[in-house]
Amino acid sequence: MDKIIVTVDGQKVSVESNTTILEAARKTNVNIPTLCYHPDQNIKGSCRICIVEVEGQNSFSAACCTPIREGMKIKTNTMKVREARKMIMKLILANHNSECISCKRNGNCELQTLCEELNIEENDLDKFTNLLPIDQSNPSIVRDQSKCIKCGRCIEACDEIQGVGAIYTVNRGHEMRIAPAYEKNLCDVQCVYCGQCINVCPVGAIYEKDNIEEVWRALEDSNKHVVVQIAPAVRVALGEAFGMKPGSIVTGKIVSFLRKIGFDSVFDTNFTADLTIIEEGNELLHRIQNNGKLPMLTSCSPGWIRYIEFFYPELLGHLSTCKSPQQMFGALIKSYHAQKTDINPSDIIVVSIMPCTAKKTEAKREEMQDNGYQDVDIVITTRELAKMIKESRIRIEELDEEGFDDPFGISTGAGAVFGATGGVMEAALRTVYEVVTGNELEKIDFENLRGISGFKEANVPVGELNINVAVTNGLKNAKILLDLIKEGKADYHFIEIMCCPGGCIGGGGQPIPSTNEIKEKRIEAIYKVDLLSELRKSHLNPVVKTLYEEFLQQPLGEKSHQLLHTHYTDRSKE
Amino acid sequence: MDLKSNTIEIVERIGYTSDKLIEILIEAQLLNEEHYITEEQLKIISKELKISFSKVYGIASFYSMLSTKKKGKYVIQICNSGPCYINKAKNVVEAFEKNLGIRIGEVTTDGLFSMEYISCFGACQIAPAVKINEKIYGNLDENKVKQLVETLKKEAI
Repeated sequence: MDKIIVTVDGQKVSVESNTTILEAARKTNVNIPTLCYHPDQNIKGSCRICIVEVEGQNSFSAACCTPIREGMKIKTNTMKVREARKMIMKLILANHNSECISCKRNGNCELQTLCEELNIEENDLDKFTNLLPIDQSNPSIVRDQSKCIKCGRCIEACDEIQGVGAIYTVNRGHEMRIAPAYEKNLCDVQCVYCGQCINVCPVGAIYEKDNIEEVWRALEDSNKHVVVQIAPAVRVALGEAFGMKPGSIVTGKIVSFLRKIGFDSVFDTNFTADLTIIEEGNELLHRIQNNGKLPMLTSCSPGWIRYIEFFYPELLGHLSTCKSPQQMFGALIKSYHAQKTDINPSDIIVVSIMPCTAKKTEAKREEMQDNGYQDVDIVITTRELAKMIKESRIRIEELDEEGFDDPFGISTGAGAVFGATGGVMEAALRTVYEVVTGNELEKIDFENLRGISGFKEANVPVGELNINVAVTNGLKNAKILLDLIKEGKADYHFIEIMCCPGGCIGGGGQPIPSTNEIKEKRIEAIYKVDLLSELRKSHLNPVVKTLYEEFLQQPLGEKSHQLLHTHYTDRSKE
Repeated sequence: MDLKSNTIEIVERIGYTSDKLIEILIEAQLLNEEHYITEEQLKIISKELKISFSKVYGIASFYSMLSTKKKGKYVIQICNSGPCYINKAKNVVEAFEKNLGIRIGEVTTDGLFSMEYISCFGACQIAPAVKINEKIYGNLDENKVKQLVETLKKEAI
């Protein structure tokens, strides 16, 4: 590629010819402010906060969407630029509900940070904030349009990355808003509650439904036995909320914190991830041996479940009937664990800590209960856990690392990798191979199934059978595979589909920012957890074995069907 | 044929690609006497063209030539650009409001009339002017408005 020399604030820099002013400036260590710009998204150029002066030009140029030209002399820090940026910011603020101190994003808001950086003081413009009702219509996601700055990042996440299109712009000009069609509530449109919109929102216009108070109340109630489970993706991301490097593993500190604030048992969702592998692996073999519907599709990701229920109900028969690990956990706590500890299930509260906003709605699904007891009672996200830690004033950095409680704290590395795209498939293959052949699988790392690429596939010889598998993440990618299945062109036995790009580590409840760069670090950490595990195959988990001996009897057995499997609903007409 | 099959027919005729969306929306609107595109139609178009429902709605709500809300059988579009404005378009608005009992943006209860502002459509020589279902009426005053409303009411019956 040809190199071009441009001058940024008097400093010459040589860059490739398709570079933007923004990128060229970053090479000279000048960080031009941005707002609608997101590193993983298309350039929008809508907010104009990144404007710069270009010598010989009367008007400003937006740095994010202006390509450099040979000999361009760019000035990023003149009186004119600073004043204009301030005016743009004041115009945005005039329309923004600046209730910062009670805002969900207080302290982690791109608009707030930029106000400080641009040295915004008093705003002499009249406020004309549109205080529309806050949409709290569903258990997962809250929308507050009075905070929206109309950057359009959420639309790209929803419409282009996920291919769901629950929200879009409505109207034109100063009446333009971002909303579902007919400005309906999210519960009345086909929203999968993945929360990818939350992760890219620069302000507090979209956030998770907060369930923190319910958790504190449960812990305060001495008549209740409060049990908590932590999903695999939480432990590799929480640290970010406390200034730790992305990819820091803080499992032991989380356990220690949860015990300190009064949970009666601190367990691990990785345990039921192992259990899922046994049930799902057996379901796959059953389908293969009995001419069942193939390819079988994974069912752990509740955003994905909503997607197929809304948009591809004709393929519901391909979904594994296994509940997700979160729900299996709840079901076992209120049956097996209740029996073992002699506690009435009505006195048990199951709390989940998940990287996911869709999990909140999954827990409330009607069929996710046994004997009238809902499997899971309260779901909080990784971000809410971070808020609880801050609220408790316990310094997580100083906490000693502790281990999970027995028995549901014992898990394998195969359970851990559920948190990354490709993980469920890798874990399943490790087990299916050994169960079918009776031989030890020597090379258990399926490297070609790892990483954030949207499509991965592998062919694994299992005895006499060649198992074809595919892995995808992000719903737009899932759509491609679903269309292939519909056309009868998907020659796979088993497909793993995760709703969120990158898998659960990129879930809608994870710390913000959650860029691809950060997601890759989280994935690395997930495989580190796997590598450091004593056991790395689900079927070797001793507690899973005991569970079958003492309670479930056999995979896909009667008890399993009652507690660990579920059914789905055609929601295409909703 | 019903609205559903008529809408599908439009898509079949114009094309199933996303670049045809606006053309389809314009024709779909013509199917309704109330000068708008129904939710059912938007859903059909979204499904046929494989564009998300919210995006189809968003685009329909963007253009002033398209409407997602029910309008009257007669859509009274009153010019509020400069020449009509200084020729007392305001009095014309008031006269329509008085005769119809509705305000700008509203529809009469019998569904016959609705009122909205429009930008200059080039009838400045006969300002103040209005456009009603593509027909232009100019040099309006309070009396002429009264007569016009009466004529249209008779025409409708």
